[in-house]
Amino acid sequence: MKTSLKHTILKTENLHIGYTSKKETITVASNINLTLNKGELIGLVGGNGIGKSTLLKTLTKVQNPLQGNISINQKTLENYSNLELAKTLSLVLTETLTAKNLTVFELIALGRQPYTNWVGTITEADISIINKAISQTNITDLKHKKCFELSDGQLQKVMIARALAQDTDLIILDEPTSHLDMYHKVYILKLLQKITKETGKTILFSSHEIDLAIQLCDSMIVMSNNSIVSDSPCHLIEKGAFSNLFPEDMIVFDPNTGSFRVKK
Amino acid sequence: MVVLCCVNISLGSISISFNTIIDSFLVDSSDYSSKEYIIQNYRLPKAITAILVGSGLGISGLLMQTLFKNPLAGPFVLGITSGASLGVALVILGSGIFGGFLATFLLSKWSLVIAASIGSFLVLLLVLIVSSKVRDTMAILIIGLMFGSITSAIVSVLSYFSSAEQLQQYIFWGFGSLGDLDWTEVKIFSLIYTIGILFSVASIKGLNTLLLGQNYAKSLGLNIKKSRLIIIIATSLLAGTITAFAGPIAFIGLAIPHITRQVFNTSNHKILLPAVFLFGAIIMLICDSIAQLPNTDYLLPINAITSLIGAPVVVWLLVRQRKMVF
Repeated sequence: MKTSLKHTILKTENLHIGYTSKKETITVASNINLTLNKGELIGLVGGNGIGKSTLLKTLTKVQNPLQGNISINQKTLENYSNLELAKTLSLVLTETLTAKNLTVFELIALGRQPYTNWVGTITEADISIINKAISQTNITDLKHKKCFELSDGQLQKVMIARALAQDTDLIILDEPTSHLDMYHKVYILKLLQKITKETGKTILFSSHEIDLAIQLCDSMIVMSNNSIVSDSPCHLIEKGAFSNLFPEDMIVFDPNTGSFRVKK
Repeated sequence: MVVLCCVNISLGSISISFNTIIDSFLVDSSDYSSKEYIIQNYRLPKAITAILVGSGLGISGLLMQTLFKNPLAGPFVLGITSGASLGVALVILGSGIFGGFLATFLLSKWSLVIAASIGSFLVLLLVLIVSSKVRDTMAILIIGLMFGSITSAIVSVLSYFSSAEQLQQYIFWGFGSLGDLDWTEVKIFSLIYTIGILFSVASIKGLNTLLLGQNYAKSLGLNIKKSRLIIIIATSLLAGTITAFAGPIAFIGLAIPHITRQVFNTSNHKILLPAVFLFGAIIMLICDSIAQLPNTDYLLPINAITSLIGAPVVVWLLVRQRKMVF
């Protein structure tokens, strides 16, 4: 089998996610068993409020799992220090940037923070890594612009370049295509696909662009009310995983085209 | 800055020529003229104080604005200065209640310094504890302002029970003054100031990372609690001692970082920190030179001058740029 040869980056075993407060424990999803392989582009899809963000937060150690185990590169997530994790896992979040008066280069250079000394001096080696990240994301012409001059699509590319400069095995993006037009949604996802092919990095992103994800991803994680399944898009279509993603009164999934249709 | 320093030293109730100033430093003359005495024991400590106060307040304002991601933040808004005022008010106005030997001890310069430092540190800590409970940054500012009004309320109560003499002493402290320090005090001031600056320099990397927001900062491996603590220690050391030695100097802490950002057009703290240091020192020297009303015996409260000079400058810069860079 081809899959057995693949190098596993992230693995969850019997993972339960949710929130704990003083009064009660709210389980959002349970029994999650995922395997993310090296060099793959993985799309995480599911309806609003199904727990995509909670899953990503748990995988990135923002919140703790209720039960079960997460390991990255065969090491349990709990045992990672913040700095070690920063060298293994980089993020692109949905939150807007508050300080936009940095140049694109300065912003991307912040991705080197885990490697720099106590005042954050950028070395020659850092600069070449930053420039590589800039050319991989096709933003060389934006290099000296200020972040407040950029469009949403350009800013998203810059944030991806920043994550690349952090030089990690795994990059996780939370809804990288929201706020973008159709062209830029495809552009960003194709860029992510290109990065996984060229660099061998593993990229996991959550998205509502199910049809695009089906066309571009190596593997997908589909979260619905009663189950979480992960497989290649073709297998998932065969299994009918997308059909029970949403209530069937409005839209239906068409397995032949791999897209959703409005019910007439 | 060197030129401004000389101008600052030369101006005062007696104007001293530049040559005399240079001579007093370079020529080791045996006849100890009165002008040299003025320079060495009065004007020079004052110029140094102006530099320390201006740069220190500017830097602590910068740290607060980045930490709270709010352009309105500054040592004054967040209650650090009001905390120091409360400490000093308790000492000056409260000394009457204790009386006798304790009062003499309490009224020494050192007790004022210690009271102001403790006051500012405690209030900043309180604001920070409360701010960790609320998510909205505007709420933190309001909390800071509330602490300010609590402080002034306590001060009002205290002043009701104090003698006119004590009240006057407190009010004069409130005007702010750069000229009251002798060499020993300047040395202690510089020492604490230097420690504060070292903490600020140590926080540059953290500050730059925090520009991305807390979640990104954490994903970059930054120990947020530790950086926050370093920033707070730096701010309370700087703002606390400055308020202790020179009184509550208004406006500088808020305005200098804005002026610097407008001029240098960057958010990078590696550039901002030294630039704020320089601008703070220069503007404070200018304000102090004006406050002395050259060739007269009047000495205006430095607080009035900083606002009179600084506020129009900030307004002018913002109007000119048509856009606030933060």
